[in-house]
Amino acid sequence: MDSAAPSIRLPAGDPMLPRLFRIERVKKELSDTFTMEITPADGGPFHFRPGQFNMLSAFGVGEVPISISGDPGAPDVLVHTTRVVGSVTAAICALKPGDTIGVRGPFGSHWPVEDARGADVVFVAGGIGLAPLRPAIYQIMADREHYGNVVIFYGSRTPEDLLYRHELQRWRGRFDMSTEIIVDRATGHWGGRVGVVTKLIRGGGFDRHHAVAFVCGPEVMMRFAVETLGECGVTGDRVYLSMERNMKCALGFCGHCQYGPSFVCRDGPVYRYDAIERLFNVWEV
Amino acid sequence: MHVEGLDRLLKEHPFFAGFDAATLELLAGCAANERFAAGDFIARAQSRADKFFVIRHGSVALEIRVPGRDPLIVETLHEGEILGWSWIVPPYTWSYDARAVTLTRAVSLDATCLRDKLEADHSLGYELFKRVMPVVASRLASARLRLVDMYAPPAGTAGRQR
Amino acid sequence: MVEPDRKDPPIMAIDRDGLDALIQCLAHDGYQVIGPRVENSAVVLGPVAGVADLPKGWTDEQAGGHYRLVADGRGEDGALFGFTLAAQGWKRYLHPPRTRLWQAHREGRSWRVEAEDAAPRYAFLGVRACELSAIHVLDRVFDNGQFTDPGYAKRRGGTFIVAVNCGRAAATCFCASMATGPKAEAGFDLALTELSDSASARFVVEVGSRAGAAVLTGIPHGPATAADIAAAERAVANATAQMQRAAGGREMVDDAAGVLSRNVEHPQWDKVAARCLGCGNCTAVCPTCFCTSMEDTTDLSGDVAERWRRWDSCFTLDFSYIHGGSVRRATASRYRQWITHKLSYWHEQFGTSGCVGCGRCITWCPVGIDITEEARTLAESEGRT
Repeated sequence: MDSAAPSIRLPAGDPMLPRLFRIERVKKELSDTFTMEITPADGGPFHFRPGQFNMLSAFGVGEVPISISGDPGAPDVLVHTTRVVGSVTAAICALKPGDTIGVRGPFGSHWPVEDARGADVVFVAGGIGLAPLRPAIYQIMADREHYGNVVIFYGSRTPEDLLYRHELQRWRGRFDMSTEIIVDRATGHWGGRVGVVTKLIRGGGFDRHHAVAFVCGPEVMMRFAVETLGECGVTGDRVYLSMERNMKCALGFCGHCQYGPSFVCRDGPVYRYDAIERLFNVWEV
Repeated sequence: MHVEGLDRLLKEHPFFAGFDAATLELLAGCAANERFAAGDFIARAQSRADKFFVIRHGSVALEIRVPGRDPLIVETLHEGEILGWSWIVPPYTWSYDARAVTLTRAVSLDATCLRDKLEADHSLGYELFKRVMPVVASRLASARLRLVDMYAPPAGTAGRQR
Repeated sequence: MVEPDRKDPPIMAIDRDGLDALIQCLAHDGYQVIGPRVENSAVVLGPVAGVADLPKGWTDEQAGGHYRLVADGRGEDGALFGFTLAAQGWKRYLHPPRTRLWQAHREGRSWRVEAEDAAPRYAFLGVRACELSAIHVLDRVFDNGQFTDPGYAKRRGGTFIVAVNCGRAAATCFCASMATGPKAEAGFDLALTELSDSASARFVVEVGSRAGAAVLTGIPHGPATAADIAAAERAVANATAQMQRAAGGREMVDDAAGVLSRNVEHPQWDKVAARCLGCGNCTAVCPTCFCTSMEDTTDLSGDVAERWRRWDSCFTLDFSYIHGGSVRRATASRYRQWITHKLSYWHEQFGTSGCVGCGRCITWCPVGIDITEEARTLAESEGRT
């Protein structure tokens, strides 16, 4: 022992430093939500697993966690869908093609897409919760023959708030998946369903004993979705949720995203429900 | 009066699952087969709730008229669901408009006929209430959950670091 | 990590001149020597140039919401380490309250990012056993198996540690029940025990590393006598005895981790919240609380941006903010988060308690909330003590 100081290994790369990406395309999805495609300034692909997130930086404004919403099978372009909810997301939204954005990631756990092979897969999405699920949908549809029924249940506030509208229409037109959409309220021009997303779950379309569910949306919605899935026979060991907490560093150093004994940035955001069941119904954890 | 086949249509509907043949035949005595084209009104708010519907096919929107605005759809109902409980609740008037969104096939049960039969046979009445009540509860739960407005854009975020 | 030498190194002794020489020697070797000194009527940590800077003759009086320095009345013979703990710990050197993480320069529509790589080389003089444990806790936090904090690793890697064993315990101390003290067992370069009752103040010195042994060769020292060693053992035993609950001392309940994890919902949370001011003092003085926030800034031209990391506290409402609102809105939820993290979740996260029994959170709480009493209240409500 040369010194009492521990041999903390110095990381190869500094995990605090953002990698620079170029904005390629920006598409307005909804009045407050946009999707951007970005590519690394230093070239090379960006590999990630469905459900993971990145920390995105706007120069001098700050950094925010945003889930990855593109196709893991197309790693040359990184896709993020972001809702403007504060100064950083507003600054990111203001970026134009050719501008630069800082990216750290990918971070966090992922939807267990490979492990679900052989099973029916039920996606339950609420609001912009469809964005973190989309990479998993892409990956499963690219590997379609290895799965049973693929069902998407998507709940939204109004028909005007539906994310990825054209893609939803394409998915609805496919014979090898079922896409059910429901909105909280609508006016007469909407020909689809009105009600809560849990009603779609009750409608079935999957083998309750062998289905795996991936759920993402507001915490309230997930609470009721999990309950309904349980009533329909999809037990907590086959239900996965994406949790949201305040994430500042994504490395487990800042402490903000703690959820009980776990760090959402490292142990989440995707959790198997039975692992967090004990805390899920406790207030203000 | 016995209409051939209506008891079979009732039997096929999830709402009546488990009823014995005699009961279904009794209920069929109040039943009629109905068909509504897309856009047709099945019921109008404030009119007499003289029918109870079980939807066999299609979809129905429950709407509230709001002056100066398009009607608001508060809930849609689909194949396998029931439409209406105003027929049980005095003064037996519909609260909302019910409009067929697509071609809709339903079986209707005449409200007076049905109420008389339930009054005459309280066991049947209790059995029917046990089936209506969960539907009422689940629609109330749905309405309450939507009151949360859980997908709403977050309020009060101006100037926040997000 | 730290591997003990094959044979136990001999126990040495130095006098005050030897300690002064040790400080000079470390400074000469390029270390910035940080140690205890009196400022604003409190013992705090800061640069020390020699023994003259140390808090000679001062002892401290600590209780819930109470801290006083008291002269030990021995004049020139006063102890140098007669106090127990500096008001704030070594965290502020290894994990500073504000750190710049990087700087970026705008270049056209792109930017250039420069990492921060300067790190001071510290020698810590007077690290107590509980604080040594706290440093080891931070080591795990900032090297969590998946990521390493490069700034912490640099600062920590170059640090030389002179531990000082405790000869007395403050009323707020409970390291014995946390198994973190009062004697430094490992993780130091040199460990001193002050023998303040002897006529000529002496220190028994244990060598914990080759670097420690090398430094010792450069300063006047001799072997410790059997009487010195016995006196050092008595000093530590005295501190241990003072912390016994039966003798009016303070102890953490057994299985605090289990108690906290079983009582996530409990009426006591509202009771403690009625007293808690949510000020975050406990998190600032806690030697293991590590939470931080990030701040991005730009200069006036807007062409140079910096990212800073600063201490944050789970007692602020903003801490758990996600768009639209804070998760932990009630003070009860925030206190529950702090103590449950510290005593329970920490074990699952880092394989150790987050509490080392230093008692600072008790002393510096404006209303004297006592972590050991809160844990005990929960434990007793379970029908055990």
